[in-house]
Amino acid sequence: MAQFLLRRLLGMFAVLFVVSLITFLLMHAIPGGPFSREKPLPEATIALLNEKYNLDAPIHIQYLDYVGDIIIPRVTYGRIPPSASEDYLINISLPAFMGDEAVLRWVNFGPTYGSRSRSVNDIFRESLPVSFQLGVAAMAVAMAVGIPLGTMAALKRNTIFDYAGMGVAVFGVSLPVIITAPVLQYLFGVQWKALPPTGWGEIRHMILPAFALGFVNSALIARLTRASLLQVMNEDYIRTARAKGLSERMVVIGHAVKNGIIPVVTILGPLFAVLVTGSFVVETFFGIPGMGRYFVTSIRGRDYPVIMGTILLFAAFISIANTIVDIVYAWLDPRIRYD
Amino acid sequence: MAVAEKQSFGSVVRIEHPVRGESLWMDSWRRLRRNKAALLGAFIILINILVAIFADSLAPKPFDRQVLADNNAAPLWVTQVFPTMIPRGETGGYITISEDYPLGADGLGRDLLSRIIYGSRVSLLVALVGPTFALALGLLVGLTAGYAGGWIDNLLMRIVDLMYAFPTLLLIILLMAFFRLGFENLQPGTFGYTINQIDRASGGLLFVFIGIGVTSWMNMARLVRGQVLSIREKEYIEAARSLGTSTGGIMFRHILPNILGPVIVAETLAIPQYISFEAFLSFIGLGVNPPTPSWGGMIAEGARGISSYPNQAIFPAIALFLIMFAFNFLGDGLRDALDPRMRGVD
Repeated sequence: MAQFLLRRLLGMFAVLFVVSLITFLLMHAIPGGPFSREKPLPEATIALLNEKYNLDAPIHIQYLDYVGDIIIPRVTYGRIPPSASEDYLINISLPAFMGDEAVLRWVNFGPTYGSRSRSVNDIFRESLPVSFQLGVAAMAVAMAVGIPLGTMAALKRNTIFDYAGMGVAVFGVSLPVIITAPVLQYLFGVQWKALPPTGWGEIRHMILPAFALGFVNSALIARLTRASLLQVMNEDYIRTARAKGLSERMVVIGHAVKNGIIPVVTILGPLFAVLVTGSFVVETFFGIPGMGRYFVTSIRGRDYPVIMGTILLFAAFISIANTIVDIVYAWLDPRIRYD
Repeated sequence: MAVAEKQSFGSVVRIEHPVRGESLWMDSWRRLRRNKAALLGAFIILINILVAIFADSLAPKPFDRQVLADNNAAPLWVTQVFPTMIPRGETGGYITISEDYPLGADGLGRDLLSRIIYGSRVSLLVALVGPTFALALGLLVGLTAGYAGGWIDNLLMRIVDLMYAFPTLLLIILLMAFFRLGFENLQPGTFGYTINQIDRASGGLLFVFIGIGVTSWMNMARLVRGQVLSIREKEYIEAARSLGTSTGGIMFRHILPNILGPVIVAETLAIPQYISFEAFLSFIGLGVNPPTPSWGGMIAEGARGISSYPNQAIFPAIALFLIMFAFNFLGDGLRDALDPRMRGVD
């Protein structure tokens, strides 16, 4: 297990390294810089800004500096003035004998060019909790609708329940956020005034976006649950469980669902990552201050550190989610071993 | 099934009155025809194709004609469907009633119905060309990896893993920005300039296709590789090889036809995803170039005024839903019809 984790961790770093490299090269290949304006700034100003943000260095130096700021821990002494370029995510005060106000600082995603006083870490601190809440809520909707629907369809195979359930699922797969968001927002927010159409901060603000985001995924989960359960119900151990006299309820809950859920778990990991890192569409519609909008605005504005930060964050989320999925796998299915 | 088997022995046994055999494809077609939902899907797609082809004669107005005096106008029935849209004249009324626009007009006074009709072209083209790009790349990688094996397989599959780790939507946004801006202002005569001209001529669709293709081939590659791995050990492949068939011959004559079923199903089911990708790209303003209408772009425009003019977002959303729904149902039916495990059930 330890070896497996170590291997996965190394693999994750390799992936993140390549993802960061490709993103870095691609975004610098897009013409125009962060300070290109409709009405061009004076050249001297641009040169100064480029110097300030290290944009005049050769590209490979820029990349190494960027990666270094993230992965290499630094020890600083004394108070450092708050600055967008020197904002670390992890700050650990070291004992006094190590120096005057020595602080170990780690993980700096750099400044944003969009604002003089904000860093990418600030964006993470403000928007990530919002996107996280929305992601968890959407995930809850997706699972609460999808798993029972799929289970019902599988257990009542080829009955009206099955056809209705799978009909709903195909219907749901055809409803991406870009469709559900305006419809839900209009019906519940504007016409029936049951829920606030936009805004963020209270539970009631969360309901519409969570459904808009969760519904399409609940359909995916329902289909997968059904297919997987159908396969499991034909296994020998289900026959054994029935033969030893277990009630159908126990057979389904104790044996079938526990095994049938495994393929569903594989999709939950990446899905969770997608939901948490925010959906641009749903956040635009409902006026939610999450991560989603930065994906688009940063690329438009050539805000290099924000582009890198959001993509790396997302890729890390996917990798971590997949690793957790693998661990949960082993826990759900003792036949899977990692050695 | 029994019929088909009898015929395959025909060359040995020699049947006096050969029974007309049923190929697997005929078998599948028969099953598909019985699936009402799939037929409905195919029917909606067919209508959509006709609408897209005859958009010029069907659309009541040109999609880009602006009548600023009629901006946000709507016919009476729309205000009845959306009760919050109160016609001018009543208390708090703000909607200009105009029966000239069957579904209403947008913020620039352009006819919504005409724009939805023309918008079907974009969605359909994406539905047809998107899979072609993904299929070409996915088949190439999958066949090579599965057939060659060894380090080639290993390398290609690591690339696939890497692509999976990339957040698709972010990569596509990045790529689109790169295409849109990177190919601008190039010297005439260069390759990039030509590409950009083609993209302009297609209303910005070319780069949308490439963006979707580059980010969507991995599923296909994995599927094809898995299929090839399971098929290449089969006896008939060994037989073909011992007869001296070339590698290319084995791949295209023996392996490809046998994996076509799952490939078709997977691509049909992926089409709605491509359509929603395009809608998303147009939603964020990186899709087709205005004023070419795209349903995603129309939803984005309508989203800004959803509380005052819901029809401007909801009608294109319904159009988008219908086409996605149709492809999903057709794909679902195709899977049931082509899935080998279903064969012989009836």
